Amino acid sequence: MFELIFFSLLNGIVTGLLLFMLASGLTLIFSMMGVLNFAHASFYMLGAYVAYTISLYLGFWVGLIVAPLVVGVLGAVVERYGLRHVHRWGHVAELIFTFGLAFLIEEIVQFIWGKDTKAYHEPEILQFPLFTFFGQNFPAYKAFMLLISIGIFIALLLVLTRSRIGLIIQAAITRPNMTAMLGHNVPLVFMGVFGMGCALAGLAGVIAGPALGTFPGMAVVLGSIVFVIVVVGGLGSLGGAFIASLLIGLLQTFAIALDYSVSDILVAFNITTDAESAFRDLWTLSLPQIAPILPYLLLVLILIFRPTGLFGKRES
Amino acid sequence: MSDIAKVQNAVMSASFLKRFGPWLLLALGLIVLPFFFSSNIAVYTMNLMGIFIIFALSYNMLLGQGGMLSFGHAVYFGLGGFMSVHFMNYIEADIFVVPVVIVPIFGGLIGLLFAVIVGSFSTRRAGTVFAMISLGIGELIASCSLIFVAFFGGEEGISADRTMGPEVMGVDFAQDIEVYYLIAVWAFITIALMYLFSRTPMGRMANAVRDNDERIEFIGYSQRKVRFISFCASGFFAGIAGGLFAINFEIVTEENLNALTSGVVLLMAYIGGVGFFVGPIVGAVVFTLLQTLLSNYTEIWQLYVGVLFVSTVMYAPQGLTGLIAMHIPAFKMKRLRVLAVPYVRAGIPTLLLLAGISGFLETIHHVRSAAVGETTMSLLGIEFDTHTIMPWIIIAVLVVVGGYLTKTQMPQLREAWDEANAPLKSDEGGAS
Repeated sequence: MFELIFFSLLNGIVTGLLLFMLASGLTLIFSMMGVLNFAHASFYMLGAYVAYTISLYLGFWVGLIVAPLVVGVLGAVVERYGLRHVHRWGHVAELIFTFGLAFLIEEIVQFIWGKDTKAYHEPEILQFPLFTFFGQNFPAYKAFMLLISIGIFIALLLVLTRSRIGLIIQAAITRPNMTAMLGHNVPLVFMGVFGMGCALAGLAGVIAGPALGTFPGMAVVLGSIVFVIVVVGGLGSLGGAFIASLLIGLLQTFAIALDYSVSDILVAFNITTDAESAFRDLWTLSLPQIAPILPYLLLVLILIFRPTGLFGKRES
Repeated sequence: MSDIAKVQNAVMSASFLKRFGPWLLLALGLIVLPFFFSSNIAVYTMNLMGIFIIFALSYNMLLGQGGMLSFGHAVYFGLGGFMSVHFMNYIEADIFVVPVVIVPIFGGLIGLLFAVIVGSFSTRRAGTVFAMISLGIGELIASCSLIFVAFFGGEEGISADRTMGPEVMGVDFAQDIEVYYLIAVWAFITIALMYLFSRTPMGRMANAVRDNDERIEFIGYSQRKVRFISFCASGFFAGIAGGLFAINFEIVTEENLNALTSGVVLLMAYIGGVGFFVGPIVGAVVFTLLQTLLSNYTEIWQLYVGVLFVSTVMYAPQGLTGLIAMHIPAFKMKRLRVLAVPYVRAGIPTLLLLAGISGFLETIHHVRSAAVGETTMSLLGIEFDTHTIMPWIIIAVLVVVGGYLTKTQMPQLREAWDEANAPLKSDEGGAS
């Protein structure tokens, strides 16, 4: 039991921090533009694919550096020539634009790289079990993911709270007009933050690609989950996004690891069930089975009872 | 008959024609369409079109008329479909025997039921909160459908046989064309009902809530109630569309209620134009044509649909219907002729450019996906070898020449546009 909890905890934190890399960019972009970027996970996918292509020629480590930059520049271009253009039609149009962009990027990825899963692997130097605990291996690559995620988290925290750039970003978020009056180029700041957010998503894709698989559906798999995190944590709240990322990460790994079902509870209360009834699926419902729907359940419940999210201040 | 009565009569018949003319035309069109397009694939396409028209119109009750952006509208469509499939199975098992004709009603009712449940908490706010709840519910139901196998049938879905019901007027729906008329009748009824809904005071209030929900509260309406009623009506019609889908295909799967279908309906409504009642109809027709016809010619049709969608959002937020509606002022001033020549002059290079780009994409796609050694491909009936230099030169010429000419022709088009839309001479010097 202890080893189960130990490994679930570790895996949950790895997943959670990875999710935070996506969620932090998304929530920053939201607090600036008031738009939830549906295509955010698509940039994560682009990161993985670009890094895969680079790794074919120059190796994993070059991809780790270059791919996020490429994705970041792409993101900045999308903001400059797409989103800013659509801005005049209003928020709904912006939301629909990012939605269409997500659709388009998936098609473009399939066009360029094909529909099959790419053989994108971790570098050989990291292909060993870091430690063995109760007979279970913990791969070094996961520790590497953990390290990168924590590094990014700390760097982000320092940049946003301790540097001049962070000061200007925060000012541009809360009082864009005032900041512009003081002589800062607010549209440029917006473009930069959008690009940075996309680069972070791209980096997440680079390190998640080998672990979770590089395939055209990877954006869809993670996309809605990241939304859940941003909304549950509170729209525009970085701290909330961090807590919610860990929460969702742990929730998912523990729900898969702990194999309890409704019938176990019923047996404990000496209730027998009819295996042929129309509700038979309800009696055999198990925790791993409902693991994929737990985040959405959480999302809907939070939105009903606390529309501002856990740490958010505003509703929309 | 006195002169006055004659004039009145003429006015009456004119307004009668104005009011009911489009509807008569629609009914006539629905009846005669299969005589012109009678092949199997055409009937298949028209059936799908009818279903999608109802679905897209029901979606527009939310987005276009109520200002609610939903990312989970397929839930009501899919649940309606599943309910209808189950009803067809009940009919087959003699548990509950009704004619297949009215099965979509049950689909609509289950859509309504779920819309009541979900709407009771999701319609409190519009905007991002509503969009996120709809997304969450959509994912929730889609994931549930893989867990509750008894109702949703897991991955392979639930299938049924539509011919088992009692025959109505000797029709047993064994033929697709019989289903076409069933869908046509339902489409006519639901289009009329949804149009009438938009004309009721309730429909008008939905528009008002979309435009300014705060003000509505001051007038004394509840924005939440208004949204709730629109939401329920929309769920009902989506359920009917789902029921027709179930009858037409005799199978409903998880795919019919997941996020992809929700995205497709948003796409259809938006491409058509959400600001107009007929917009989603146009969108559904265009999308179905792209889906069934374009996919015969190219494997990357979804890429084209994606490009079309994104460029619609960027450059024509009013959709295809909006593009047509832009020409109404010029048409009323009888100046469309001014635009004809500029349109041709700008249109031909644009077509060349588009042909070049799509030729480029197709050729690249062929080079990458064709079997090893297979180098000949055919595009529009022209066969060529993709591994020689000639096709690439032609494509490059098309793109460069088309692009350059398009760019140079744009100013004269804009000039002609301004001329066609300039106010009439008699208006000048007026109160403007």
